[in-house]
Amino acid sequence: MAEDLNSPLVEIRGLRFARGKRVIFDGVDLDIRRGKITAIMGPSGTGKTTLLKLIGGQLRPSAGSVTVDGLNVHTLRHGALYELRKRMGMLFQSGALLTDLNVYENVAFPLREHTDLPESMLRDLVLMKLEAVGLRGARGLMANELSGGMARRVALARAIALDPMMIMYDEPFTGQDPISMGVLVKLIRSLNDALGLTSVIVSHDVQETAAISDYIYLLSDGRVVAHGSPEELNRSSSDWAQQFMQGLPDGPVPFHYRAAPYADDLMTGREGRV
Amino acid sequence: MLDWLAQLGRHGLGFFERLGRGHLLLLALLRGLPGLLLRPRLVVQQIYAIGVLSLLIIVVSGTFVGMVLGLQLYNTLVDFGAEASLGPVVALTLVRELGPVVTALLFAGRAGSALTAEIGLMKATEQLSGMEMMAVDPVKRVLAPRFLGGIIAMPLLAAIFSLVGVYGGYFVGVGLLGVDEGSYWSQMQSMVDFDDDVMNGVIKSLVFGVVVTWIAVFEGNDAVPTSEGVSRATTRTVVHSSLAVLGLDFVLTALMFGVD
Repeated sequence: MAEDLNSPLVEIRGLRFARGKRVIFDGVDLDIRRGKITAIMGPSGTGKTTLLKLIGGQLRPSAGSVTVDGLNVHTLRHGALYELRKRMGMLFQSGALLTDLNVYENVAFPLREHTDLPESMLRDLVLMKLEAVGLRGARGLMANELSGGMARRVALARAIALDPMMIMYDEPFTGQDPISMGVLVKLIRSLNDALGLTSVIVSHDVQETAAISDYIYLLSDGRVVAHGSPEELNRSSSDWAQQFMQGLPDGPVPFHYRAAPYADDLMTGREGRV
Repeated sequence: MLDWLAQLGRHGLGFFERLGRGHLLLLALLRGLPGLLLRPRLVVQQIYAIGVLSLLIIVVSGTFVGMVLGLQLYNTLVDFGAEASLGPVVALTLVRELGPVVTALLFAGRAGSALTAEIGLMKATEQLSGMEMMAVDPVKRVLAPRFLGGIIAMPLLAAIFSLVGVYGGYFVGVGLLGVDEGSYWSQMQSMVDFDDDVMNGVIKSLVFGVVVTWIAVFEGNDAVPTSEGVSRATTRTVVHSSLAVLGLDFVLTALMFGVD
């Protein structure tokens, strides 16, 4: 592209987003560098998935900007946004495979929608993508016959079908057994390097994510609270980073949800009131 | 009291918001229709799922409605010695009213609910969102073909309903009760007008097709993406589209047959 190759692929500046009265992001700045794996981590409910949807243009921020490859996502017209999305892949937590199609057709879906390739070439492409995730033999299975890990790998094959410049992974490791977790970790790293992708991983699985990412942003309460390479964060003196990286139950993020004092709550309770 | 008023206000605002979203979706659906000319397969699949798979319930119901009409109308007509008019009366009742209305009600229950549940579940399992991220517009790829399929299927189903109903009436009237076969058909031929009766029935069924499918597609797309949300949306589709059909039927009937 015309953009400088050293500039970040995704630049987020002063991002604000609220759902109703709940503020999810309150001035987030972050950069996602080309060719790297960037992890965005934080406790559940910090809006990590929301962030991916903001980058993909599925949601609009109330302030701030998201720039992908030099294009401001939220000022693009419908057609230009869809053109940009062809160059972005996204892996949903559930896989989001089309349940009325089998594995082969699921991977072929974006190719059929966006290209006019002859059937024989399409078949070769689909088999190549499936081979890359190790599921060429499963091409005849329906989406509901796959295990969670397999579904995510098929979704990954589908996400790289159009040879995108970046892939966003939404909680790729959640609910995986150790073996499929290992497979996914290896796949994300090797695909990123082999295809020259830029990867964004949103996750709260600290060990797995830290093992493969080049740079980590930690989010909490709508802000970036720490960022750096995995080693820097592990050595970080910030209480918050320590609590999160080590998985301590109490710390700057309290164990208790905000509530009235315990004794008051017990004494003032009336029958039938929560 | 104030709480109650505030709640009323919230409900009112919610209602108008939904109405607005529904109309925006309708515009998007209409914009999606031209693109379907290039991909007729998508529409044919939906005509099969919505129309062909509804045939059984339509044919069975049409037959029985026709038989009941034959029986009831015969009993009334025979008092006036007018049983020879059974044919046109059965046909007019079916073609003008019962064909479009009963078909639309069955259509809402059979096809409308299925559409809402399917689209709602696709939303709940992030399939629609996934399509968006693959740069495939779900309105054009998923919703518009279903919308058009429903609009095409509904008048055809209503026509089939009326046809088998006429035969149901024939079976009871001519076959069991002894009405003259010649007068059953010939009077029907001479008294049922193509423009006034048949075409008006077709227009009604087309309007019902648009309304029922629009409601079904909208409810699916607007469903809260949880199992409870999808089940509520499915119920709403059946209730709202049935009410809309009955209300619109009166309006259309008044416009078509009321003035002259």
